[in-house]
Formats: sequence, structure tokens, C-alpha cells
Amino acid sequence: MSTRHTVIAVSVILALAIVVAPWASSDPDGLERVAEQHAIAAAETPVWEHAVLPDYQVPGVARQGFSTSLAGALGTIGVLAAGLLLGRLIMRRSAADR
Amino acid sequence: MHIPDGFVSGPINAVCGGLALIAVAVAVIRTRASLGDTQVPLLGMTAAFVFAAQMLNFPIAGGTSGHFLGATFATLLLGPWAACLVLALVLGVQCLLFADGGITALGSNIVNMGVVATALGGGAVWLLRAILPRARSCGLAAVAVGAWLSVMGAAAACALQLSWSGKPLAVLLPAMLGIHALIGIGEAVITVAVASMVLAARPDLLPTLRMPQPVLARV
Repeated sequence: MSTRHTVIAVSVILALAIVVAPWASSDPDGLERVAEQHAIAAAETPVWEHAVLPDYQVPGVARQGFSTSLAGALGTIGVLAAGLLLGRLIMRRSAADR
Repeated sequence: MHIPDGFVSGPINAVCGGLALIAVAVAVIRTRASLGDTQVPLLGMTAAFVFAAQMLNFPIAGGTSGHFLGATFATLLLGPWAACLVLALVLGVQCLLFADGGITALGSNIVNMGVVATALGGGAVWLLRAILPRARSCGLAAVAVGAWLSVMGAAAACALQLSWSGKPLAVLLPAMLGIHALIGIGEAVITVAVASMVLAARPDLLPTLRMPQPVLARV
């Protein structure tokens, strides 16, 4: 991919996570709504206790909008890095096969 | 549509966990065979886009929101196998870092959004492209239908998992499908919009939607 296109794409993606995400609707999503309406929601029992950015908020950051933006930025960069790493791991093995 | 812990019974989560593991393993093997080295950055960026876009809940009817899923979009860019990996990666990160989706339900979520949605969306686009005229508008219509179907399929699979855990399917299925019919429209709109932008800037990234030059000139 050309550098220019890469920079534009990554900038747009980060802008979505940082600028737009705080404005996202906080209404329950489709599954949550169905779960509420049909007495399933009460069954929720969280198991994993080590989420560092639970509910897309940074613990300790008071302003909710800024917290969401920061969590979104960290998550986006993290997923980007993880995806690149995953891709390289997969492709490296196939290169070794050849 | 991220299922939390406790919604789906242990045995169903375990079965779906096994299915998800198999799907991811096959996806890794098939991705090695079909993805080029130059597409690794694309995989990373697609995953980042799906993650960011999934944060953007939009309101639909009755105090309910929906969000983008991205299975069809990822399939258009990377093919179904790499798309499955993208969704699995995003779901895994969302679960572990953001407590979005239960860890015991991760397999179920991957089956719904990484396998069912990807297969249905990709399959629908492929089939429609084969039978519709080869015009840009038809290509984008196929994308819209595929995107909508991918959300509906994931919602149906989710309803099935919930019903196998003891809740009535006759009630859950219409409820999930009804609400996700609306969310699916959002998915279709977003997928078509982003695909159009990519098609305009880098048509080489969307081989499924590529058209021979004369047709594109006429449209």
C-alpha cells in the first residue's frame, strides 16, 4: 500500500475512534434489548476480571468523552498492532515452508 | 451482538468454542495459502477499522442502538478466511481488554460474527455477483444485500444459542431478527459507503467488485 493511502486510512480510523466514538449512542444494543425484554439480562455473570479498559473507558479519567476517546485510540492502535503481528506470524510460516 | 457470560449455557459455549477453534485454525491455513505478503498491512488496518467502527453505536427504534459488524466488508477486502481471523482478533481484544463480550462466550461470538456473518455475507455477494449484470450499481447492491444478510445470520445464530440454553426460540428468533433487520440496514449503508470510497480510491483492493474497464466507463 502506498504510504499516502496508509496514512489517510489510519488517520480516518483513529478519527472514528477518538472523535466520533464519544458521540456514539449509549442505548442498549439489539441483543441487550432483547435480553432485557425476555428476562435474560439478569443472568449476566462476568467471568473475566482483568479488562483494563472496561466498557471502553479508561479507569481514573474523569471526563467520560475523553475517557472513551483515549480507550478507543488505545484499542485501535492495539488491534492494528495485533493484526499486523498476526499477519506476519501467519505469512512468515508460509515463507519458511517454501 | 456481543454475548456476555451467563446468557448462553456452558455446554453450548463449549461446543461453539470448539467450532471457533476449528474455524480459526482452518482460517489460518487458508489465509497462508491465499493472502499475499503485501496484504498483511491491509489485514491490520481492516481489523483496526472494524474495531473502531464497532464502537460507533447508532440509534435505531425504541431506545435501542445498533453497531457495525464488518464481516462482509472484511470479506470483500481480504476474502472469507482472513476476514474470519480479523473478526476473531477484534472479538478477542474486545473481550479481554474492554469486557465487551464474555470470555466464556467468546467462541459463540466468534461463530456468530466471525463465521456465520462472514460466510453468509461473502456467499451472498459472490452469488449475486454471479447472477446480476456486471455493473457497478449491481455490485454495490450485492454488497448491501450481503451485509444485511450477514447481520441477520449472526442474529439468528445468536438466537439459536440462547434458545439451546433454555429460552424459547419462538420468542427469541423473531425478536432478534426484527431488531437486527433494522441494524442490518445500517450495516448495509455503512458497508456500501465505505466500499464505494475504497472502490473509488483503490479499486485493486476490491477484486470482487472490480469490473472490466468498458462497463465502468459507461456507468
